[in-house]
Order: sequence, then C-alpha cells, then structure tokens
Amino acid sequence: MAGKSLTAGKSLGPIRRAFAPWNDPTAKPFIQFQNVTKTFGDFTAVDDLSLNIYEREFFALLGPSGCGKTTLMRMIAGFEEPTSGQVRLDGQDLVGVPPYRRPTNMMFQSYALFPHMNVWDNIAFGLKQDGMPKPEIAARVDEMLALVKLEKFAKRKPHQLSGGQRQRVALARSLAKKPKVLLLDEPLGALDKKLREETQFELIDLQVKLGMTFVIVTHDQEEAMTVADRIAVMDHGKIVQIATPAEIYEQPNSRYVADFIGEINLIEGTISAIEGGITTLDCTGTGAKVQVTQDGGAKVGDTAWFAVRPEKVAISLTPPADPNVNAVTGEVWDIAYLGDVSIYHVRLSTGATVKATITNTTRLVERPITWDDKVWLTWSRDGGVVLTR
Amino acid sequence: MAMTTDPVTPGHAGWLRWLVVAVPYLWLILLFLAPFLIVLKISVSTTAIAMPPYTPVLDFTSGLGALWEQFQEFSFDNYVFLTEDALYWKSYLSSLQIALISTFLILLVGYPIAYGMARAKREWRPTLLMLVILPFWTSFLIRVYAWMGILKPEGLLNQLLLWLGVIDQPLNIMPSTLAVYIGIVYSYLPFMILPLYATLEKLDETLLEAAADLGCPPIQAFWKITFPLSLPGVVAGCFLVFIPAVGEFVIPDLLGGSDTLMIGKTLWAEFFSNRDWPVSSAVAVVLLAILVVPIMLFQNAQKKVTE
Repeated sequence: MAGKSLTAGKSLGPIRRAFAPWNDPTAKPFIQFQNVTKTFGDFTAVDDLSLNIYEREFFALLGPSGCGKTTLMRMIAGFEEPTSGQVRLDGQDLVGVPPYRRPTNMMFQSYALFPHMNVWDNIAFGLKQDGMPKPEIAARVDEMLALVKLEKFAKRKPHQLSGGQRQRVALARSLAKKPKVLLLDEPLGALDKKLREETQFELIDLQVKLGMTFVIVTHDQEEAMTVADRIAVMDHGKIVQIATPAEIYEQPNSRYVADFIGEINLIEGTISAIEGGITTLDCTGTGAKVQVTQDGGAKVGDTAWFAVRPEKVAISLTPPADPNVNAVTGEVWDIAYLGDVSIYHVRLSTGATVKATITNTTRLVERPITWDDKVWLTWSRDGGVVLTR
Repeated sequence: MAMTTDPVTPGHAGWLRWLVVAVPYLWLILLFLAPFLIVLKISVSTTAIAMPPYTPVLDFTSGLGALWEQFQEFSFDNYVFLTEDALYWKSYLSSLQIALISTFLILLVGYPIAYGMARAKREWRPTLLMLVILPFWTSFLIRVYAWMGILKPEGLLNQLLLWLGVIDQPLNIMPSTLAVYIGIVYSYLPFMILPLYATLEKLDETLLEAAADLGCPPIQAFWKITFPLSLPGVVAGCFLVFIPAVGEFVIPDLLGGSDTLMIGKTLWAEFFSNRDWPVSSAVAVVLLAILVVPIMLFQNAQKKVTE
C-alpha cells in the first residue's frame, strides 16, 4: 500500500513483543485441526495433521506448491471438507458448515473481485448479504475505503484499477465483515517487490490494530518471516515444523526446513561424541571435525548433518588457532556480489562447496579476498545445528 | 517461434491489404445489397400479367431518358396497401409475439443446458458441445419433417401416450401454434446454447467462492454473480434466435395450422399463390425495417460488452 502507513501513530511494539500464547499451556486454541486428512482421489493433500492457531495470531502456512497449505486454508474457509478429522473454530465444529455460514473471510490470490460491480459494491457485498441496514453499510464501506486509502476510487470498476489498488479492494472487502479469521491466500504474489514489502508491514500493523486472527498461505519464505508470529513449514501434507520465524531460521528441526528457509550449508558426518552439552561430528565430506553446543536429539554413531548459515561462517586468509575443529580450508570458487553482502563459494579439497557471506561494511574498491585465494572458513560452536533428519 | 521474413514488398502488401478488405465488401454488395435493391425495386412496381409479373422493369439498354421515365412510374401503393389490409399487421404482430415467446422459452431451456455443459468435467465438454452441434448435420427441413412424424395425431408421441395409458384420445398437437413453438424451440436451441456456453465457460469459479465466502448461498450467488456476468451471452443468444424466428417460414408452414399467422407464411402465399411480387416484396422490406431495430440494439449491446 504505497504512501502513508495504514496505521500511523502509536508503536505496536509492546503488543507484539509480549505475544506468545502458544507457550501458555492454559491458552485455548482458536483454530484447531485434529488428525485432519484430506484426499483427492489417490492424492493425499493433507495427511493426519493436527495444528493449533491462537486468537490474534498472525499464522503463516509455508511450503512449496502441492504441500497441502492451500487445502488446509480452504478447509478453514469451508471450500473443502476434511476426509477425516475435525476442524474447530472458537470451540465450534466447522465440519459440514457451508462457507457462507462461516465467520471467516478470505482474500483470494486472484483477488476474485466481482468484475460487474464497482469498488464500493464489491466491499458492500458481504455486508448487504448479512442484511445490515443501509446507513450502516455506507458507514462501514467508507471506513474500509479510508483504511485502504481508496476513497477516490469507490465508483471505479475493478478493471480500471492497478494491481496494487485491486489488492487493496480485495483486502477491504475481506475485512469489511470483521471476520473472526482473515484468510490470506498468497495475497501479495501479484505485486512487485517494493510494493510487496511495504504491504507486508502494513498487514502486520493492520492485524495488530484490528486484533484479528490472520492466517496466510505463502510459498515466499521472506514474506512468511516478515509477517508471521509463527510459521508452519509443510511438506507432502504434513507439518514439518511449527515455530517462530527466528526459531525456524536458527533452529530448523530438519534438513528440509533448513534448506527451505534461506541459504544453508549442509555437511554430512557421523556423530562421534555427545559430552558436556557438546555434540561432536566427524564430517567425512570435508575432513573437518565439527563441535556444536547441542544436547540430545541424536546418538553416538548416528549419521547426521551439520547445518550452518553462510552469514555465520567467517572467511579468512590466515589459518585459525585450532584448524582441526570447526574450520575447513579451500579455494574461492565464485563470488556473488549482492551490494549489501557478498556470498563466497569456497571449494574444499574434497570437492564440496561451502558458502560464506560477508557484509560489505565499506565501499568495495578492491576485494581483500578474491577468486582462487586459499582461504579458511570458521564458525563458532553455537553458529550451527546438528540435524538428524 | 522463428521469424519468417515477408517476401512481399511494401507496395504489394498495400495492394494485398486492399484485396483482403475488399473481399467481404464485395461479398456484401453482391449477395446482400444487390438482392435487397432488386426487392426494393419490385416493391415499388405494380403487378402485371407478364414475365416477370411486374412493371416497370428497369431496362438499362434503353438509355437514361427511358430509365427516368421508368423511375417516375414507381409507386408506393403496395406499402399503403399493407396498412389497409389487417392481415399484414396482424401477421407482423403475431410473428413478433411468437418469436418473442419462443426466444424466452429457448432461453429457459438453453440456459440450464449451457450451464450444465460449462460446469461439466473438462474432458466431457467437447463431447457435449459436439452433441449440441450434431443436429446441424441433418437438413433442417428433414428435422422439421421428423417433428411432424412425432407430433401428428397418429404420430409417435400420441402412440406412446396412448400405450402408456396417459390419454385415451390422440392429442391434436399438430397442426397448431403449440407445434410451431415446439418446432422453433427445438430448431433454434443451439443458437442460444453456444453463445451462453461460451460466456459461462469463461466465468471464473473463484468469484462464486468469493461470494460464498462473503455469506452468499449458491442460489443467490447465481443471480448476483453468474447471471449478470453471463448477460453478454444471453443477449447474443436471444438476438441470434429472435431475428431469424420472426421471419420463420418452414416451421409455421409444416407444423402450424391455418390459425398460425406468421409473416413468413403470408409472404410466401403472396409470392407463390397470389403471384403478387410487388406486395410480397413490400412485405419483405417492411420486415427488414422492423428487424433493423433489434439488430441495432444488439450491436449496441455488443459494443458495450467489448468496452
């Protein structure tokens, strides 16, 4: 939403910082999936899935196409019925309730604006459907138009609007009825990058201000990390991990999640020791010994993977104090200069490639480290994680 | 796709473009405008016992002066005559009425069929479309004769109903105006279904999901979303059916009774039974004038849609 923020004024920081109902064992889930399975013919879109979403949460369903995230959302909206299992909203069983009787509204990926109605009538559609008195409808629509800064476009038809404006009409229409849950299906996919980033922040502010529960479906991990309180990473109809964006990024529970979110180096090895809170991994692929501050989750002798983000790998021309632990050496193979950072692809003697990111803190006149340099890569004990699956 | 270089020089291209534009115009002039002018000319002539049965006959070989004399002989008596005999305006009105009611009935029958086709499984749609077009493979006349076989007193329908014991006396469906309605609805149905199917098939189904999401049950969603968005197809289908139905001759002639008054029949009787070419030409010209109104309305509606 270009221009001014939708929610100028007081900072919403304190609300956001303290919000973590998922850690509160007494908190009642708002949306509840219990052992939900959904099959289409032979294809299992959602596989025995259980999930709790809390009131006022901004929850993201993230995964590649075909992972079942959209089906999951459509089950909240009522467009799909679970093959088995239960879906509850605010304690009420939703199974069998048709979409037009559910207190949820959805913002569609294609926006699905009614082409034969102008902006005003599009936003008023749901309110008229509820039989709201006319003056109240007018007041509510005007309020919504003001919220998305489209007052001047009320009489336009959808085809006379830009993509960004249409997106705002779709948002206003889905918010007009003050739904208990707002469902966002890839809501920003059609916008250009800059507009998308602005809109992400406005969505967050809007969600906190309105105090609604938002569920967003996206395949864009940056989008999910920006807007969501928690993210569910999905694969083949199952949830692989549910956690806050920071936990997902820093403590992925599997190679799948680690690889799906951001860049990561994965180094295979065998666990040789777990002692004093430190897991030691012998990495055959790199010849390195890796030590990580991590307990449990693995047994000695297990095959495991050391996962470390490129920005947590330091690159240097001189060997570290202890070149045998948490260090590898190789030659600079490729450098990707992205402006804010440079990504170095270092090829080890074993043929494996490890990536390291350097923040470009000064203007780059001449690279201190360049192609074909022999370099050392090092990381700290709490820089990465050991993954067993 | 590889770009192919055009071997035609710009000069040739200009000439070719003119040719391409000229072909449809030539077609219209030769096959529409010229016959219409001939009919118009006959309509302002007077009957004569001759071959052809009217005067004056324009003779372009006898010089401009003679042509002028012939022009001066033109009369509008035939048009005046049309207003004097009640048969003509009654035929016009009856034709419009039958066409209007038929159009409505065809819309009523055709819309559910088109809707069902558009909502059918994707792999079924070509087959269903084929079934709609299939009747065109048989001559129109033969299909109307087939309806005679079905509807006549000793026809298939009566035999079936008698056999089932629903009736004990054959129904007199044919000849009657009811049979004409049946015939028109049957014959023109594809012209309604095809444009309706084309618009309904393009309808984005997420719009219906959006309507449901905003609290709109399916039947209301049909009237608020599907029907308004299918209006271009409804309008096209109605005009495609209405315009030819007004001038329909074969169906009222074969299935209709003596009380079924349609302008096509009147025109035919005037032309072949009375051999009054000038009056029948005047009937045709007036029919065209009447039909120009809905045709222009149709074109306006089409323009609105494309905007």
